[in-house]
Amino acid sequence: MPKTKAAKSRTRTGRTPAKKKSIGRKSKAQQALVLVGTMKGAFIFRSDESRKKWTVDGPHFRGEAVYAMLHDTRGGRSRTYAAATSMHWGPTLRISDDLGATWSSPERQAVRFPEDSGRALAQIWQIAPGRASEPNVLYCGVEPAALFESRDGGETWQPNRGLLNHEHQPKWQPGGGGLCLHTIVPDPTNTKRMLIAMSTGGVYRTDDGGKTWRARNAGVRAQFMPPEQRFPEFGQCVHKVVQHPDRPGRLFLQNHWGLYRSDDWGDKWHDIANGVPSDFGFAMQMHPHDPDTVYIVPIEADMFRATPEAKLRVYRTRNAGASWEPLTKGLPQSDAYENVLRDALAADSFDSAGIYFGTRSGKLFGSRDEGASWTEMADGLPPIVCVKTGTTVAA
Amino acid sequence: MITVELPNVFCSATNPTPLLRIDATCRTVADALREAGRKSPGALDRIMDESGAVRRHVNIFLNDENIRFLDGLETAVPTDATIFVLAAVSGG
Repeated sequence: MPKTKAAKSRTRTGRTPAKKKSIGRKSKAQQALVLVGTMKGAFIFRSDESRKKWTVDGPHFRGEAVYAMLHDTRGGRSRTYAAATSMHWGPTLRISDDLGATWSSPERQAVRFPEDSGRALAQIWQIAPGRASEPNVLYCGVEPAALFESRDGGETWQPNRGLLNHEHQPKWQPGGGGLCLHTIVPDPTNTKRMLIAMSTGGVYRTDDGGKTWRARNAGVRAQFMPPEQRFPEFGQCVHKVVQHPDRPGRLFLQNHWGLYRSDDWGDKWHDIANGVPSDFGFAMQMHPHDPDTVYIVPIEADMFRATPEAKLRVYRTRNAGASWEPLTKGLPQSDAYENVLRDALAADSFDSAGIYFGTRSGKLFGSRDEGASWTEMADGLPPIVCVKTGTTVAA
Repeated sequence: MITVELPNVFCSATNPTPLLRIDATCRTVADALREAGRKSPGALDRIMDESGAVRRHVNIFLNDENIRFLDGLETAVPTDATIFVLAAVSGG
């Protein structure tokens, strides 16, 4: 594949004084990666295991919106994926095997709807790895809402026909960002089971390897529907669903109004908005090591999409939603009218988990102590729509 | 001969020139773009989506007129025409 050159590097230094604390894995030196997709290109932040000082390079794909990124190390690869959408020339899935030094420039659009579907790809919203046991399998969630699968590491893609031709499909409606399939949760223990979520349409689950899909939204409200129709079978505006691989049947869901947990793979959802300033929000992130710990960023309301009381607060539960606590140290607590979008909150896999998020105003924050304190890693970036993490072996 | 002039952004090692010369007989703009797509399939993906529609923020001019104000992709093409593919003024 032809390659294009990436942008030059520069160095940034974190502002929070470093603590004398052992973090990171001891066995092999790892490099921490934070992939940041913005409305005008992608940026790649790198650090050693300490995550005190970061270098950044970018923008990659200048002027193009990058809503989805992934760094995948399965199968011995170190491969980075980015979905870049040009307002003029449409979306393209790009691949790099050298951490963004060069990117593929595919002649044809690899993710494309079949002609008989009558649909056309507007944007790729999610790139998700398959199970660890299937290192060449990847999934894409796209707009208009559909699921694509690759079985060759992202070179070729096929749509999931069961979802493409679902009987509910004509009634799915676009949310503010478009009719997007944005969440893909494979069952790590069962290759036949997977859950997806879309706005709007809600949660769907397959138990037969993608042949058929059932709506799984019982208990999730649709605030924007008439009073008698607020708990429909489908049509909810689900914003994000997360899962911990050690406890795959339990799921957490951030809704367009509503914060929920399911303990049975989405068969029933229970309200867990206990002590949050608002149950509206977009972003949600699982702790990498603890199945009881989840992070969110509450937003005041759909009609005022900004952090409540102009305070930028990440909320964390450590008891699976029984209670939530604000995490504020190092975050602005006045005049902060921020918004954090559905894929702009991420966690790394180091022993002391790093948590990262980006705002629509172009600020990137990071914590290397699981949210106890935060550092501003960057300001003045274009609006941030995607934050993902990865690790690679240090050079 | 019909000439299709693409934006420079489409130039690459395999397609170094923005000008595509179409020798085949083309009745309409759509025919000419399809022929251009045989020479540069990637470019056609960027101009039109999978359904065959011209992307929303792309303008196509036949000589000095935007085809939106003619018959769209069905606009008839003279044998010596030049078709310009341009990014629309949109942006953000």
